[in-house]
Amino acid sequence: MKARVTVTLKNGVLDPQGKAIEGALKSLGVEGIANVRQGKVFDIEVDTPDKAQAEASLKAACEKLLANTVIENYRVEIA
Amino acid sequence: MNSAVIVFPGSNREGDVVRALKQAGSQVQKVWHAETELPAGTDLVVLPGGFSYGDYLRCGAIAGRATVMDAVRAHAARGGLVLGICNGFQILCESGLLPGILMRNANLKFICHRQFLRVERNDTAFTRAYKQGQAIDVCVAHGEGNYTADEETLRRLEGEGLVAFRYSNGHGHVTADANRNGSMNSIAGIYSDKLNVLGMMPHPENLIEDLVGGTDGRGLFESLVTSFAKAA
Repeated sequence: MKARVTVTLKNGVLDPQGKAIEGALKSLGVEGIANVRQGKVFDIEVDTPDKAQAEASLKAACEKLLANTVIENYRVEIA
Repeated sequence: MNSAVIVFPGSNREGDVVRALKQAGSQVQKVWHAETELPAGTDLVVLPGGFSYGDYLRCGAIAGRATVMDAVRAHAARGGLVLGICNGFQILCESGLLPGILMRNANLKFICHRQFLRVERNDTAFTRAYKQGQAIDVCVAHGEGNYTADEETLRRLEGEGLVAFRYSNGHGHVTADANRNGSMNSIAGIYSDKLNVLGMMPHPENLIEDLVGGTDGRGLFESLVTSFAKAA
């Protein structure tokens, strides 16, 4: 089973990298860009056919390592 | 005093901190991250600077979950002393021993320069050799030193006197110019609730010899050895 975990900065947490990317896009002349926030995507293969168990494992992975919940939110999607 | 310096893959400042500890009069052992126990009789654990695990995922994230960290957490829970410098501070935050996180520097640049710090209090095991409000001349070298915490945590750190050092000018004045990485409240280092765990971004171990231009860093290691001699 394949899954995708997306980790993003919480609202209100300053994102200097996102700001720099936003500035670079503007300087490249890409129009219509209002705001950029940078995050991370993890493509994960899960070793179980049981969707509920996969969800539980992925949630544990996020809480224990993939996200720092002081500043980040995470989202789990199972294909 | 017996010190244990923890070495992770990618640590690179362990040699300097071993030297600073020995100079102050401590016995020192290096301990590999896969160990499950600290050497018997360990008084102080040091997490040195460097780039553990190549800073993969987040700085200190993987080292913060290494096997040896369970032993370090147990040591801290017993009231044992723990010092984390630079990457060591990032590891302490990621391991839950200290609150908050070190984010990318606000100006996105790796900063590497001499830096004054104001000593916020001199009644802890780490700072007895300094004066309160003293500006000490040390170094910084990091890309992720921008201390960030939620409002409640920040209020608690300030209210309970848990800020150890702030970025300042040479007169001990905390100015916006001196805060080159954008840390909240100019925080350069913080203590745990019981004042036995200290995490700091700057490198006191760099400034322990006149030959390299200063000795202000010695006070931190001498404080530790002296306060331990008193306690024992």
